Amino acid sequence: MKIVLKQVNLLNPDQKLDQKNDLLIENGIIKKVGGIKDEDIKSSQVFEFENKICVPGLFDMHVHLREPGREDEETVETGSNAAAAGGFTSVACMPNTNPDIDSAEIVRFIKEKAKGHLVEVYPVAAATLGRKGEALSPMFELFESGAVAVSDDGTFIKTAGVLRSVMEYSRMFDAPIIEHCEDDSLADGTMNEGVTSTILGLPAIPNIAEDLIVARDIMMAEFVGARIHIAHISTKGAVELVRQAKKRGVKVTAEVAPHHFTLTEDTVKSFDTNYKMSPPLRTREDVDALIIGLKDGTIDCIASDHAPHSIEEKEMEFIYAPNGIVGLETMLGLVLSELVHKKHLTVEQLVEKMSINPRKILKMKIPQIKDGEPANLTIIDKDIIWTVDISKFKSKSKNSPFDSRLLTGRSVAVINNNKMYYEDRFFDI
Amino acid sequence: MSLSSRHLLGLHGVPKEDIQLILDTATTFREVLERPIKKVPTLQGKTIVNLFYENSTRTRISFELAQKRLSADTINFSTSTSSAKKGETFKDTVRNIEAMKVDMIVVRHQSAGVPNYLTRISKANIINAGDGLHEHPTQGLLDMYSIRERLGRMEGLKVCIVGDVAHSRVALSNIFGLKTMGAEVSVCGPSTMIPLGIESLGVKVLNNIDEAVANNDVLNVLRIQLERNAGIRIPSLREYHHYFGITRERIEKFNRDIVILHPGPINRGVEISSEVADGPYQVILDQVTNGVAIRMAVLYLLGTMH
Repeated sequence: MKIVLKQVNLLNPDQKLDQKNDLLIENGIIKKVGGIKDEDIKSSQVFEFENKICVPGLFDMHVHLREPGREDEETVETGSNAAAAGGFTSVACMPNTNPDIDSAEIVRFIKEKAKGHLVEVYPVAAATLGRKGEALSPMFELFESGAVAVSDDGTFIKTAGVLRSVMEYSRMFDAPIIEHCEDDSLADGTMNEGVTSTILGLPAIPNIAEDLIVARDIMMAEFVGARIHIAHISTKGAVELVRQAKKRGVKVTAEVAPHHFTLTEDTVKSFDTNYKMSPPLRTREDVDALIIGLKDGTIDCIASDHAPHSIEEKEMEFIYAPNGIVGLETMLGLVLSELVHKKHLTVEQLVEKMSINPRKILKMKIPQIKDGEPANLTIIDKDIIWTVDISKFKSKSKNSPFDSRLLTGRSVAVINNNKMYYEDRFFDI
Repeated sequence: MSLSSRHLLGLHGVPKEDIQLILDTATTFREVLERPIKKVPTLQGKTIVNLFYENSTRTRISFELAQKRLSADTINFSTSTSSAKKGETFKDTVRNIEAMKVDMIVVRHQSAGVPNYLTRISKANIINAGDGLHEHPTQGLLDMYSIRERLGRMEGLKVCIVGDVAHSRVALSNIFGLKTMGAEVSVCGPSTMIPLGIESLGVKVLNNIDEAVANNDVLNVLRIQLERNAGIRIPSLREYHHYFGITRERIEKFNRDIVILHPGPINRGVEISSEVADGPYQVILDQVTNGVAIRMAVLYLLGTMH
């Protein structure tokens, strides 16, 4: 089957590509960029994508797909559908499933579930067995079966001794350790610590709980010569630590989640559990520092930390409700609305942080928009104004604080694996 | 006159007029409590549920008595296990109770924000009887009532809250209420018990108990919760008592006419010595009596609103 994307703005900073042109895709392969013959157009399904931007498929390197274990909240399939609807062609899923992703069987199970879908799913395996922070996970077999990184996400690697060991062992694979940086002896709380938590009487988590572990991890990575990736960075102090470490040449990278640069702790005043996150929503000062960190390259990528939870769990009392929100279907809109349209980031930077850098960190090939390459593309309308409606989410879970929010920009279509997702449905191309 | 809100969730942001109205109404009910027949028909036909998710004896009894004095029908729902552990969600529990057609819910819960959440899922008037470390507004009100009863005013008074302020809902309700009524509020305790950013509420922080005793008209002495503080926030109860306990020697050193409040239950020999707890400065049992009057006032004002 042949399709033509007409007059679309092709944009890929990785190949210094920025031009308006037609694109011919045949059987999932990019056949021709520009100069497409009339007869090809006539025999193709044509998409008028003028004023839309076509970029290498977006990659969300931090999602929770809940399978195996909590299929009532999300499955590999529904999560992949949500990813496609949100404009992503690939995701990396975190290991805090039940059982944890700490054996080759579970890695293969997830890869098997993901097979044949438009969206590619890359498992991140546990760094330690059962994410307990005690014994190393079997990394040789985990990487061999398809894991792309290791992480004890949901918690940090508790002791420096084990962290050193994890770093030394994972160095053999040149794979990053993705660390959830929060010292739980300081993070036994439900929101950011400060005046607001004092007024609300909620047990709180100070910035230092994150800063300390970021500092520790950076120092250890420097000592061992390993790669560390800071997940969902949320504090001003952590951004500065990463900035300084990068200057020294430490192999550190960082990601930020949209809610951390969009919302502040003030939202918790509603006691709405959709504002309960780990790490917690911080202050305006932190939000400003995150945005500066994104602008100056300290923060390499944007990842959703998509965390589906059932209605009955999120409707629990604030201190008992689980952390996190679904993010796949609002992330691109939030990045465009909050960062691009507010002139903090250019569209090129968006593509770097949502498509190119995640792949660089995970050592993957960056999709190229040129003749003969597989079509792995996201088509973005950056100016369309739309309203978030959680009832339309493809995700099985609806725990989002962004319901009814007006956003500017979203994805129009995604193409990958000989498939296209357009106007709410998948079809083969 | 009526209150500006149909719920009492906390004293944060409650206008002065509302507090005044509750305290004045309580004065009337305080008189009722001195009569041989202590019952009025004001809330006859109203159904009130006391939803207590946390162990409480005195607050629940105080509310229950207030409800009976007002002739309301009351139901007690007490459980110390969270609904999460029980398998039924909190929301389902509340909906079940509401389906039995109740007019008011008095709620105590381990989690801050539960009363606020209740206003979203229930049509009843909600009264917060203590939520997590957040607020305990009727306690704040009865403290203010007791201060006013003893000293005739609140405006311009210096009130210091002593103890584990970081783990106290009583402290916050006192701070919000007293500041609204024009009192000067400070807190005093070991630094580990003073929450971050409390100064920005317009509260002075003291670490020296002698300074607190010397410079205040009222001390509101909080209960030191043994289980919460073992070893981490204070080294020992003995050290706490020695350096922060309210003793007769401490008060008499400054020869002060001072009023001592305590929300109870008292740990004698820890935050307060027996001599002080039973002595002339304290109004601790008056607080208990006033608590019934305050709760009658709140129930009456909310229960008769249209």
